[in-house]
Amino acid sequence: MEGLLFLTFATIAVLCALNLVLQTHPISSALSLIGVLGSIAVLYLLLGGEFIAAVQLIVYAGAIMVLFVFVIMLLNTGAEKQPTRKIVVTWISLPLLFTFIALAAMLIAQQVPKTEVVTFGGFSGGTTLSVGRSLFTQYLLPFEVTSILILIAILGAVVLARKEI
Amino acid sequence: MHQLWLIPALPFAGFLINGIFGRRLKKPVVNAVAIGSVLLAFFWVVNTLLSLGSLEQPYVERYFSWIASGTLNIGFDFAVDRLSAVMLLVVTGIGTLIHVYSIGYMSHEGGYYRFFACMNLFMFFMLTLVLGANYLVLFVGWEGVGLCSYLLIGFYFLKQSATNAGIKAFVVNRIGDFGFSLAMFLIFIQFGSLDFQQVFAKAAGFSPEKGVGMITFICLLLLLGATGKSAQVPLYVWLPDAMEGPTPVSALIHAATMVTAGVYMVARSAALFKLAPVALDVVAYVGLITAVLAATIGLAQNDIKKVFAYSTVSQLGYMFLGLGCGAFSAGIFHVMTHAFFKALLFLGAGSVIHALSGEQDLRQMGGLRTKIPVTFTVLLCASVAIAGVPPFSGFYSKDAILVAAYGKAPWMYWVGVITAGMTAFYVFRALFMCFFGEYRGHAHPHESPLVMTAPLGILALLSLGGGFINIPEFLEPVFGTLHEVHDQSLVYISVAAGLLGIGLSYLFYVLKPGLADSLADTLGGVYRLVLNKYYVDEAYQAAVVDPLVDGSRTVLWRGIDAGLIDGVVNGTGASARGIGGVLRHLQSGYIRRYAAWVLVGSILVIVAVSFTGGLK
Amino acid sequence: MDFLPATVPLSWFLILSAILFTLGVAGFLLRRNIITVFMSIELMLNAVNLTFVTFSYRLKQVDGHIFSFFVMVVAAAEAAVGLAIILTVYKNRSTLEIDDVSSMKL
Repeated sequence: MEGLLFLTFATIAVLCALNLVLQTHPISSALSLIGVLGSIAVLYLLLGGEFIAAVQLIVYAGAIMVLFVFVIMLLNTGAEKQPTRKIVVTWISLPLLFTFIALAAMLIAQQVPKTEVVTFGGFSGGTTLSVGRSLFTQYLLPFEVTSILILIAILGAVVLARKEI
Repeated sequence: MHQLWLIPALPFAGFLINGIFGRRLKKPVVNAVAIGSVLLAFFWVVNTLLSLGSLEQPYVERYFSWIASGTLNIGFDFAVDRLSAVMLLVVTGIGTLIHVYSIGYMSHEGGYYRFFACMNLFMFFMLTLVLGANYLVLFVGWEGVGLCSYLLIGFYFLKQSATNAGIKAFVVNRIGDFGFSLAMFLIFIQFGSLDFQQVFAKAAGFSPEKGVGMITFICLLLLLGATGKSAQVPLYVWLPDAMEGPTPVSALIHAATMVTAGVYMVARSAALFKLAPVALDVVAYVGLITAVLAATIGLAQNDIKKVFAYSTVSQLGYMFLGLGCGAFSAGIFHVMTHAFFKALLFLGAGSVIHALSGEQDLRQMGGLRTKIPVTFTVLLCASVAIAGVPPFSGFYSKDAILVAAYGKAPWMYWVGVITAGMTAFYVFRALFMCFFGEYRGHAHPHESPLVMTAPLGILALLSLGGGFINIPEFLEPVFGTLHEVHDQSLVYISVAAGLLGIGLSYLFYVLKPGLADSLADTLGGVYRLVLNKYYVDEAYQAAVVDPLVDGSRTVLWRGIDAGLIDGVVNGTGASARGIGGVLRHLQSGYIRRYAAWVLVGSILVIVAVSFTGGLK
Repeated sequence: MDFLPATVPLSWFLILSAILFTLGVAGFLLRRNIITVFMSIELMLNAVNLTFVTFSYRLKQVDGHIFSFFVMVVAAAEAAVGLAIILTVYKNRSTLEIDDVSSMKL
């Protein structure tokens, strides 16, 4: 059961990511990103992170991506014009990329033994209760600081949006 | 403490005052400072010598440790013994007289305070040279007098010939100084010290079986230094050109004091020279050759100062001959008497030049006997002294040298006698051409003021009576007894040669004036050769100066300096610019390119970390 | 279905995260539209979040979840400000090409 879930949603994630990179119109890329975010939320559930999965869907897919789509629609520039890709890009960077992925995969497979597996219920510490408890006791300071960070971000956005910049 | 340091310090103070404030001081103040400092130095010398007593042993004052490096320990020390006493008295005494004379001679010249400042500086260095208790302090004074000589020769610095002469003097002296420096290095290697007492004590205990090659080499290098400073062959060529300086400079520096520094240095190193007979022979030969060569050139010169310049070179040759024959005290005796009559000759010539408002050519003079009688009288005194006419000073000192030469090798004596005859001839030639016959010039001769004639008078008295100061006996504690030759005929022959020279020149220049010119025409090429100083200057120019200058210009300047060094420096700048030009493409302004660099860097870091075992 | 594993090895999650991260990097370097570049950055952040949660599972601690939470908060703030900047750039330069905002070159 876990295997099926994982393979399905992993494939969806990878395909959506590829779509994000390869599409020309930004709105298509945005929608692919929403797909990626959704799949990853399911994968979080597999890993016992209920709270995180919910937060991902609410905040990331529900707020941030809405913001993205809004801006794309506002600006309405249309599809990217494709110039001829340079040789360097196609023939060097893409193979480099694949080798990088392969290397990374090999290394990871080496480091983590095959006996470690993920099952439902394998980790019960991702509940809202435990996250909340940890957040308000051990990680209280970062929590408060982050609230200030959001304040600053709001201020920044307000300043940037003024007419006379 | 007898405060020996005051002796050079007083003229140095005079130099500082006149040099720094002289421009704003009035002339009488400048005079007072300059002459006062030298006069005070003279009195202090006399006072110190009187209070030091008999001075059988040298009296040393050590001031401070100057160089202390490993085994090399050199202190700044002054010492006085009988040899330095003679030199000190001559330098300060004649220095004072010439300073007084210069008030009158330089009264119409520009740069008055500069002249006296340089003269005082010269006195400071010369006194340091004489007072030095080790070779290095002597060398300080040695170099310093060379510097002052350069400054004073080029005193009329707007004249190209004067500045050239100054540079020539300095450069030729430098060659000698090079030999002196090498000698000092070798002395240190051989004896472990540069202090006179230590070196000479070790030399006295040196057994000749060990081989005197090194000591001979040292002595030859010392001689090289002395030939530079004292104008011997082959480094004499600067002295005639040094006549470009004012006449008091020629009298003080190039007759009485600086040029005798080489003689003093060789005499001081007598202990070393006595160990190396070969070197002593070379000294004698050099002196003899110089004496003859300069005397022949002096026969034909027409500028009064040049005649006396070559005479100085020739007399210095005599001094070296005396030193080389082992008669060190005779050489120093001649230094003293020569200082008297040569300074007098130069100052007298200066008086003549001053009387004729700048004329120096003998052919434009004549018949001045009646017009400037005082000058004539003193010059006559000087001339009979230098000609070796008894009982005047020159006779005693020159005779001591000639007798010593006979004791070494009779042929040296005969050459010396002939040179003595030539000396008498050319000095009296100048005297007769200047003061006898008809006046051939166009100026209005007037007698010099008292401030000039008074020193002349004192020097005349010293020239006449100075021979009675028995220097050889005075210097016995230093050099040992002078070997006495009891052959009176030698004395008579040398006196006769002098008188013959006087007589011949009387014949040529008073009785039959045209005889000299016709003889010159007859001799033709020989005369021209002698008149042009055997073309030695031209030979040096072609053989040494031109190749050096050309080589320096092409190889050192264009090749190495402009090509190599500038190339390296400019190349560094150019390559920095080039690298910068390449590196600036890192900041292209394209965000994606920056991101690519970040990626490359992070991959490198990951690879490096994973290869070195990861972050533990 | 026999070829489907009953349990998923942990390393597969990490490999997936690596693949997503690399795709994010590729999108960041290769796309010319600023908004697409920005979205690739979000993709990278998500890949990293997945890694954090995976390791949290492995170590049986909740800290990975917390960290992931904070990353999301920061990403939200960053998205707000970043999009404001993009809007300003569009207002001034009328272009969304990343190569056209290169006036800070040497």
